[in-house]
Amino acid sequence: MNIVVRYFHTLGSPPYFYRLAQRLIPWLAAACAALIAGGLYLGLVEAPPDYQQGESYRIIFVHVPSAWMSLFIYVVMAGAGLVALVWRVKIAEAMAVASAPIGATFTFLALVTGSLWGKPMWGAWWVWDARLTSELVLLFLYLGVIALYGAIEDRRTAARAVAVLALVGVVNIPIIHYSVEWWNTLHQGPTVTKFDAPSIHISMLIPLLLMAAGFMFYYAVALLLRVRCALIDREQGSKWVGEIAGEKA
Amino acid sequence: MWALFRRDVVLAFRRRGDVVQPLVFFVLVVTLVPLAVGADVALLKSIGPGIIWVGALLASLLAQESLFRSDFEDGSLEQLLLSPYPLPLLVLAKIAAHWMVTSVPLIVVAPLLAVLLRLPSEGMSALVLTLVLGTPVLSLIGAIGVALTVGLQKGGVMLSLLILPLYVPVLIVATLAVDAALAGLPVSAQLYFLGALLVGALTLAPIAGAAALRISVG
Repeated sequence: MNIVVRYFHTLGSPPYFYRLAQRLIPWLAAACAALIAGGLYLGLVEAPPDYQQGESYRIIFVHVPSAWMSLFIYVVMAGAGLVALVWRVKIAEAMAVASAPIGATFTFLALVTGSLWGKPMWGAWWVWDARLTSELVLLFLYLGVIALYGAIEDRRTAARAVAVLALVGVVNIPIIHYSVEWWNTLHQGPTVTKFDAPSIHISMLIPLLLMAAGFMFYYAVALLLRVRCALIDREQGSKWVGEIAGEKA
Repeated sequence: MWALFRRDVVLAFRRRGDVVQPLVFFVLVVTLVPLAVGADVALLKSIGPGIIWVGALLASLLAQESLFRSDFEDGSLEQLLLSPYPLPLLVLAKIAAHWMVTSVPLIVVAPLLAVLLRLPSEGMSALVLTLVLGTPVLSLIGAIGVALTVGLQKGGVMLSLLILPLYVPVLIVATLAVDAALAGLPVSAQLYFLGALLVGALTLAPIAGAAALRISVG
């Protein structure tokens, strides 16, 4: 057997993955804490105030990475779903399911920070702008996934149903995004400022990227923790869980 | 496949109540809106296409639930899963039959409701065309959600949470088309977009629906 294929099989085995996650989590958590601390310091203390928006622009250091993560996690969830459906890997099932609440949280965070920023900047908590609307639809997609998982009794069946739904959603996200953009541009003029990545100053870009990397590590830690819990829960009767329980006791 | 299609249509006409209910619901929703917002003609004209489309969307959602329900309860759905024919084609046949008996009546009644809402005649053809292209997309996407929830006791509310977000593009493009027609603009771009959605849904939705059925029933 090819070494890559063999590694893939090893990785898909719950006991191996459980121990690997146990070793990885402290490192990932440390990296996450360091990146977020650095990003917050540079973003809130070092970066100069914006010449137009003053101090309140600083919320982008939370807002923009959350929005990025909300999309990224959905794609990861759909990818894990695909792997779960095609190869029936238990870890992938657990990953797809565990991603949904984290993704929903980031989506919600992006919406809340966006509206907190929108009130002083645009004078309204909510504007029917294309990006806001598609983010809201994304939140509903996440909630659908969570609700579907909760409704089906059998965990493995539920995980596979979630995988199908996530794949359907990932096909639809671009369509939803462009149709919403089309709807917005035809209905109202370009009332909304946007951040052009290249036009942002380097002293603001660096904390932004640090925060994004920190959020990425946070996702990794949260995902591994959740997957570990799910594995222990699902494999309750198996030998390796018994061994771990024996070790700890 | 054809036999399944015919069987479903015949079954539906034997139980006309199921066919009529979504239609009555559609008419009622559209009637409620003027009662709620007032009978101002200018206002009704401007929100008319939106009301009709939201009504059609909700009625189609309501009707979706019955797509696999009775077959699931009497066990014929399991027989379909076991049959040697490709499951996506069987799913497509069921969706087609279901669309015929639930959505076609909506399309027929829609112009009448449009007259009630004082929709000018320029928008009428666009309204009907968008419904003709759009409701099959709704049925196809909805079928995936129905297939996922068919084994559940309380599938109804769950179903709306699963598929209403996916209905967003159809709703947007269709109402844009009608608005454009009312403004005297060409609507071919929006209709092509709806057509593209229909072709995409026709290709992918039966496969996803079949996979979902195998998960939730098999």
